[in-house]
Amino acid sequence: MTEHSETPALRLEGIVKTFPGVRALDGVDLEVRAGEVHALLGENGAGKSTLMKVLAGMHQPNEGRIILEGREVRMANPMDAKAQGVVLIHQELSLCDGLSVAENVYLGELPHTKWGFVDWSTLHARTDEILKKLNCNFDARTRVSDLSIARQQMVEIARALTVDAKVVVFDEPTASLTDAEKVVLFDVIKDLRARGVGIVYISHRMDEIFSLSDRLSVLRDGSYRGTKVTAETDEDEVTRMMIGRSLTHEKNTDTVEPGAVALEVRGLSCGKLFRDVSFEVRRGEVVGFYGLVGAGRTEIAETLFGLRTPTAGTILLDGEEVRISGPLDAISRGISLVPESRKEQGLVLGMSCRDNMTLPQIGDLTTGPFVSNGAEIAIYDQYRDRLDIRSPSWRQAVGNLSGGNQQKIVIGKWLAMKPQVLIVDEPTRGIDVGAKGEIHKLIRTLASQGYAVIVISSEMPEVLHVSDRVIAMYSGEVIRSFGVGEVTEDSLVQAISGIRPDRAA
Amino acid sequence: MASARLKGIGSLLARQGILIAFALFLLGFAAFSDSFSDADNLMQVVRQSAIIGVIAIGVTVVVISGNLDLSVGSMLSFATVMVVDLHDKIGPVPAIAVMLVAVLVLGCINGFLVGVLKLNSLIVTLGMLSAIQGLTLIYSGGQNVDIADQEATWFSLIGRGSFLGIALPIWIFGTLAIFMHVVMSTTAFGRRVYAVGGNPTASVFSGIRRTHVVFAAYMISALCVGIAALILGSRVGGSQNNVGQGYELQVLAGVILGGTSLLGGSGTILKTVIGVLILGFIQNGLLLLGFAYYVQWLVTWVVIILAVWLDIAAKRGRLLSPIA
Repeated sequence: MTEHSETPALRLEGIVKTFPGVRALDGVDLEVRAGEVHALLGENGAGKSTLMKVLAGMHQPNEGRIILEGREVRMANPMDAKAQGVVLIHQELSLCDGLSVAENVYLGELPHTKWGFVDWSTLHARTDEILKKLNCNFDARTRVSDLSIARQQMVEIARALTVDAKVVVFDEPTASLTDAEKVVLFDVIKDLRARGVGIVYISHRMDEIFSLSDRLSVLRDGSYRGTKVTAETDEDEVTRMMIGRSLTHEKNTDTVEPGAVALEVRGLSCGKLFRDVSFEVRRGEVVGFYGLVGAGRTEIAETLFGLRTPTAGTILLDGEEVRISGPLDAISRGISLVPESRKEQGLVLGMSCRDNMTLPQIGDLTTGPFVSNGAEIAIYDQYRDRLDIRSPSWRQAVGNLSGGNQQKIVIGKWLAMKPQVLIVDEPTRGIDVGAKGEIHKLIRTLASQGYAVIVISSEMPEVLHVSDRVIAMYSGEVIRSFGVGEVTEDSLVQAISGIRPDRAA
Repeated sequence: MASARLKGIGSLLARQGILIAFALFLLGFAAFSDSFSDADNLMQVVRQSAIIGVIAIGVTVVVISGNLDLSVGSMLSFATVMVVDLHDKIGPVPAIAVMLVAVLVLGCINGFLVGVLKLNSLIVTLGMLSAIQGLTLIYSGGQNVDIADQEATWFSLIGRGSFLGIALPIWIFGTLAIFMHVVMSTTAFGRRVYAVGGNPTASVFSGIRRTHVVFAAYMISALCVGIAALILGSRVGGSQNNVGQGYELQVLAGVILGGTSLLGGSGTILKTVIGVLILGFIQNGLLLLGFAYYVQWLVTWVVIILAVWLDIAAKRGRLLSPIA
């Protein structure tokens, strides 16, 4: 750790942020010293991104104080935060592709002459100076669209340096970088640290956190779980802080004797999205797919559902090789997909509950040319009761329901198809704890009724809670497959970070 | 839930607001013009609205599917010129058949470009608007066409005849409206159109073939234009090359006034019928009050903009957008 002054660069005290129905941050404290790399950890949904958005002025906190170099401040908006020296480097790049590097770096504050024209020479000179500090080997005039992702990220960082940055937040900066590019990024971060900038580093990857950070803080379920000096802790302790001790008790303990293999996948590949994936799912079994965002899990689901065409490999349903030509084909073969994003992919929000639920089979519910009202209502009533969907009437537009009830409509829609294989992608994203529990119970019930179920989730407790087997993926490849008896949090975290069992042992 | 209900009431008020304004217009017209509330005049307005109405039925299907069709005006010119021109050359039945096939081919082109190639419907149909106008002039060589002996052909009855005291165009308009309303509200096809317009991605994830649905919507729109061309060609007994010019905006005005959202996924055929009739009555009333015909252009668009604003204001619960 480098030298630091007595006053921390940044202190957050008792930050509370609520959204309708959710307490996203519940009294979070965080202290970042000048000249340190402070890692921020937590599961998906623990509140890291919300906290950083509060810091960068994108959200206003309901309670709590932001203290910058000993002075309490209010961040009106991101520009205001930047002017005060707090810069957020986003997970997703937010650059204008068609403009030059210099224009992007000084976007919104281009230097101009007294006539109002852009002062190109000043702009390019200033930008080149910043790029030199970052050891970038491209110049200010380059078009952003001509740069690799890693270099575009450098442009994002260069943006941060146009002001006298006191705190720079990196949100999952290495998600799309190659190993060589990471080295360059880490050098830049260390360089910023040496200059006395306070750095917040958000990442899921333990190896990066332990090699880079000086201290680390953990969030869980929107509340602060403590801060450790990195050198004085280890992955085990941090994992426990992130997940909580209750985890081990929440493992699935049902032992259903699985039936015949319903779905088998051999060497399935789809371009760069995933490679050589093989697994099988039996009737009565829940197989959990766990991994980081972008590990290729959703893409596998979409391939099985006919939305993507595999480039290699075979899919077998009940032992018979099949080619799935599209969603309609997948549905007729008994595959159902509850998609990742219920609002974009799962529901027509303006339509009624009933109409949404019967949509995939509407063509089969006809008497003569007309859709049979009675048949539709019968299906809706059946799954409303079975899934305990709370809606004043089937006529209610789905958009007016709570997230949990919306998700149940999507699940009901696909159960009503009586699938052989049910794929559920992020079944509980964005819904409250109570509804989560119900949906988990439902998934277990479905398996015990003989469905072959695949659950894709980014939440470890969820995967452990519902699965009979867990498949860990990293960057498009299956790293390891666990039975529920042998899986531990540690081994799972290692597997989804790309550490194979032979290396880990 | 309470806020949803409030929103419902708000949007109902906005909807009623248009109807109330419409009622005030009608009362005003009735008070100041002796002939407006005359039964013959009212019937005439409905008959005159039939051509726009028939086209608006097809365009409503396209709009519910989440797309636009601006090519209907010039498609109407093309179809009318063709059916009138061919009438004397090959006889009425073949002429009608050839014309219907021709508009369906144009509908196919729209459907292919928007449905299959997924191009922006505004650009595609705006381009088709101009392309079909060119096609019409190429076909006719710039000459206006007419039917030589209009008294001698049953073709003239389509636009001029009547049955049970009601003009045939009204019968056609009414029958088509009821038929398409039933199709849209009770068949699987109708449901799919609403789903695709409401959320194209979710529709694909539900096994709906979006391409087919959009394609079919444009075919329906083209077919409706063909039927409208029968009424128009028969009524006039001849056709100018640009007879349908500006119809696309009148049609769209009726659809919007009826309350069908241009974003897709909502609206009904019946609403469009009401919208088209409102438009017809306002324009007729203004004429009877002695305003020049171009005044109706102005008033029509003021009414439409007001309607759209009220609709949006009711949805967001305030008159101005919360985001600057």
